[in-house]
Amino acid sequence: MRKVYHKIIQIAGNVITVEADNVGYNDLAEVTSTRGTSLAQVIRLLDNKVFLQVFNGTRGINTGDEVRFLGHPMRVSSSDALLGRIFNGAGIPRDGRPEIHDDLVEIGGPSVNPAKRVVPRKMIRTGIPMIDVFNTLVESQKLPIFSIAGEPYNDLLARIAMQAEVDIIVLGGMGLKYDDYLKFRNTLDEHGALPRSVMFVHTASDPIVECLLVPDMSLAVAEQYALEGKRVLVLLTDMTNFADALKEIAITMEQVPSNRGYPGDLYSQLASRYEKAVDFDGAGSITILAVTTMPGDDVTHPIPDNTGYITEGQFYLRGGRIEPFGSLSRLKQNVNGKTRKDHRTVMDSMIRFYADYKETLEKQSMGFQMSKWDEKLLKFGKLFEKNMMDLSMNIQLEDALDLGWKILADCFDRTETGIKTELLNEFWPVKES
Amino acid sequence: MPEHQTGRVKGVNGNLVTVEFDTAVMQNEVAYVKVGDMRLKGEVIRVRGNRADLQIYESTAGLKVNDEVEFVNELLSVALGPGLLTKVYDGLQNPLKLLAEKAGFFLKRGLYLDALDMDSIWDFTPIAKPGDKVRAGDYLGSVPEGIFTHYIMAPFSLKGTWEVIFVVPAAKYNLKTPIARLRNADGDEQDVTMVQYWPVKLPIPCYKDKLLPDRTMITQQRTIDTFFPVAVGGTFCTPGPFGAGKTVLQHSISRYAETDIVVIAACGERAGEVVEILCEYPELQDPRTGKTLMDRSVIICNTSSMPVAAREASVYTAVTIAEYYRQQGLNTLLLADSTSRWAQALREMSGRLEEIPGEEAFPAYLESQIAAFYERAGLVELNNGRTGSVTIGGSVSPAGGNFEEPVTQATLKVVGAFLGLSRERSDARRFPSIHPLDSWSHYTSVVPESEIKFARSILRRGQEVNQMMKVVGEEGTTTDDFVIYLKSEFLDFVYLQQNTFDAVDAASSVERQKYCFSKVIQVLETMFTFEDKDQARRFFQELQLNFIDWNYMPFESEKFNSQERVIDAKIQERKANA
Repeated sequence: MRKVYHKIIQIAGNVITVEADNVGYNDLAEVTSTRGTSLAQVIRLLDNKVFLQVFNGTRGINTGDEVRFLGHPMRVSSSDALLGRIFNGAGIPRDGRPEIHDDLVEIGGPSVNPAKRVVPRKMIRTGIPMIDVFNTLVESQKLPIFSIAGEPYNDLLARIAMQAEVDIIVLGGMGLKYDDYLKFRNTLDEHGALPRSVMFVHTASDPIVECLLVPDMSLAVAEQYALEGKRVLVLLTDMTNFADALKEIAITMEQVPSNRGYPGDLYSQLASRYEKAVDFDGAGSITILAVTTMPGDDVTHPIPDNTGYITEGQFYLRGGRIEPFGSLSRLKQNVNGKTRKDHRTVMDSMIRFYADYKETLEKQSMGFQMSKWDEKLLKFGKLFEKNMMDLSMNIQLEDALDLGWKILADCFDRTETGIKTELLNEFWPVKES
Repeated sequence: MPEHQTGRVKGVNGNLVTVEFDTAVMQNEVAYVKVGDMRLKGEVIRVRGNRADLQIYESTAGLKVNDEVEFVNELLSVALGPGLLTKVYDGLQNPLKLLAEKAGFFLKRGLYLDALDMDSIWDFTPIAKPGDKVRAGDYLGSVPEGIFTHYIMAPFSLKGTWEVIFVVPAAKYNLKTPIARLRNADGDEQDVTMVQYWPVKLPIPCYKDKLLPDRTMITQQRTIDTFFPVAVGGTFCTPGPFGAGKTVLQHSISRYAETDIVVIAACGERAGEVVEILCEYPELQDPRTGKTLMDRSVIICNTSSMPVAAREASVYTAVTIAEYYRQQGLNTLLLADSTSRWAQALREMSGRLEEIPGEEAFPAYLESQIAAFYERAGLVELNNGRTGSVTIGGSVSPAGGNFEEPVTQATLKVVGAFLGLSRERSDARRFPSIHPLDSWSHYTSVVPESEIKFARSILRRGQEVNQMMKVVGEEGTTTDDFVIYLKSEFLDFVYLQQNTFDAVDAASSVERQKYCFSKVIQVLETMFTFEDKDQARRFFQELQLNFIDWNYMPFESEKFNSQERVIDAKIQERKANA
């Protein structure tokens, strides 16, 4: 029988301190108060003082309350029974069905040996041209969706969850509005995607510490499925809430803040989660798509900034569209050379012209005379926005490429495109006269 | 077995462990914390009274107060000897492939393996003879390592002159066998094996002189060699916001740079990037040697999710290995991606130590540490008259892409070339996104200085015209100014931009750069006549296309020569009559 401690000597923020011996760093404890029982985790040891972060918060905790150490760190079940289920950040079912205690694995496990990774070479088709053609999603990629409050990022995630060609979806919600949570659940359910999904959801009203656990729980489960050879897609929303939770805890722990109050290890904290994305040599893969709302639409804010350095590209979601500029899938080169040989050229040319179009638009709005070339660009821009940028599309990559050639041919002649002659000969649409 | 100093854990805060020691400890000495049946490696970073703070290179989960600690009375060192090439190590020089064989998919903490296979057999040929006087770093013999002659040197830690008592005859030996015995004036004797150990944070001092780096290191990247060259034994940095192509640029340099050895320190960055190198380098051929790129590479990989303290060590591990090959009389190139992550590791530790924070919470000693790191680069004359060099290229990941931040600023003070990557250029898909006007270099270009100056003036004026056009519009610009703008765009598209993913365009030899640059200059110098702006634009679009096609053709091939004639004809088309 494990020893029970009754003397809490300090309570500050979500952290309590007890005097105890023989306690392991990162181990779990149960704190029982009149409000019920909560899990807590050891976050610091100093002499005989043990600092515990209480998952349910410290409100209502009495200095005489009972603390019982469990002798192991946080764990989560990894059995197949998880599929179709919904849990909170601490792994307690939200859907009213029984708890699962089979095949427990520790969360936040060690990092994958780089020698056991393979170069990602498999495309994940989503049926959305702005992704498939311009910024192809690749198995084992980690990509944030940079957005701002109010944008339909959760709708986009839900659409990807339905359309993406993967085996298992793990959804981690942090600080979700309760309605958003219900919307996710209902959409996945209606489109039959729930049975291949596991959800860990922390809503805005839940204790902040549970928010910190959501990515680790989601990724630990994903890792187990991937080791069994499954192709897993992890969708996280919203990582900004996660980082803010980190900040809150760091400040309570009196850590020296670095940028705008965020702890100095923000980069490492985010990286240790994102780096769980992997294509195992001889097993499955984990791909991560994570919404990161940019406070004040500022990409240089520490959260999106640190995220951008970790992830393999980023999608910018603005005005309900994936912005072609700035949005980047760094791994697309690994796959888009093998889809169809005009893929890269179509992608580059269209983006180049779209950039020129934007410039022309600026000139036009300032009242400058439009040259013949400008007129062509304006036509192109409108066609591109109308036909390619719609996020509610579901078409195959090859059809999207053909569409691209058609738009180019509608607006320009062959020389103006600056495309290699060899490709023009093969793909330039022959105009019916 | 000598008795080690011991101590007991008194506090744990992340990877910072406070230990109460019994007798004495040394600053920066290595210590092991025993947890269960594992020993976790750490380093003493601060001593206060009878308590020492250790940074642990592993996860500290499960550590308990009163766990046992063992101090080993040695600084953190790396093993140096034949067999380093082609290896992939973590920041503490654990071979990752062997770790994978032992521990499977995941890195297992507390598992440390020999950096070099001590049982591997090497074909030794003696150089020194009994009776020779040797100093630290002198060659005692050699073994072949791939295409290189790997010299076995007298330990770098030797003080003064030692006499060789015996050297083994030419034969095959493993790394454990003493190959020589040395004696100093006091009569102390020392056995020498083919492996020696050197503390990573100290530069290897065994050379006669540091020389001025005055020879260009060819990277086969047009923008770099022509506009912002790097010298053999020099330093450069590539700061840039995320997505600007830092890593792609570094990979291109590591592939095509004309250097003997490349040491890559993947420090706190994505594992995926390292994996690319791991999978591709054994396949890619080094055109100069006919061997694979892996045969000339050592990779130190401490990616972002691997323990932070080891990240700090990884750049030192890498530079020490680079210095070791410099001692062989070779030119080595160290690419560190990214030094910002290393600086952040310093910051994390500094925060845990509750030191008074400097700018953006980086420690006050950040600048001096960065300077000390880059100063380990250099072209040196060894004691035996040969030369060797370490060239250091560090990428920097400034927060928010803002070059004003402390790490970029501290780096700019100590490097010889600054290749600043710009978000504007990368957004416009103009790669490499090295900013042609903001970047600078103190080293010598492969083309004449006057041509560079001229090309740069076109770029500058082209940018001015472009700015002006944004205000007054195209119709408010004179055709002459407009042509200058078109010429600057032309220079950008056909010369500054280079397609890394094209087999031919990815690497441009010095001869090709000289040849093509003079052709570009010819276009820039030529006076053209146009009837209107649309005609001018059209002309340059076509000329640009001709040049881009030219870039994709192998140098001096049949196609290349005929394309040149097409270009020449095109230039004549609109050339103004003199």
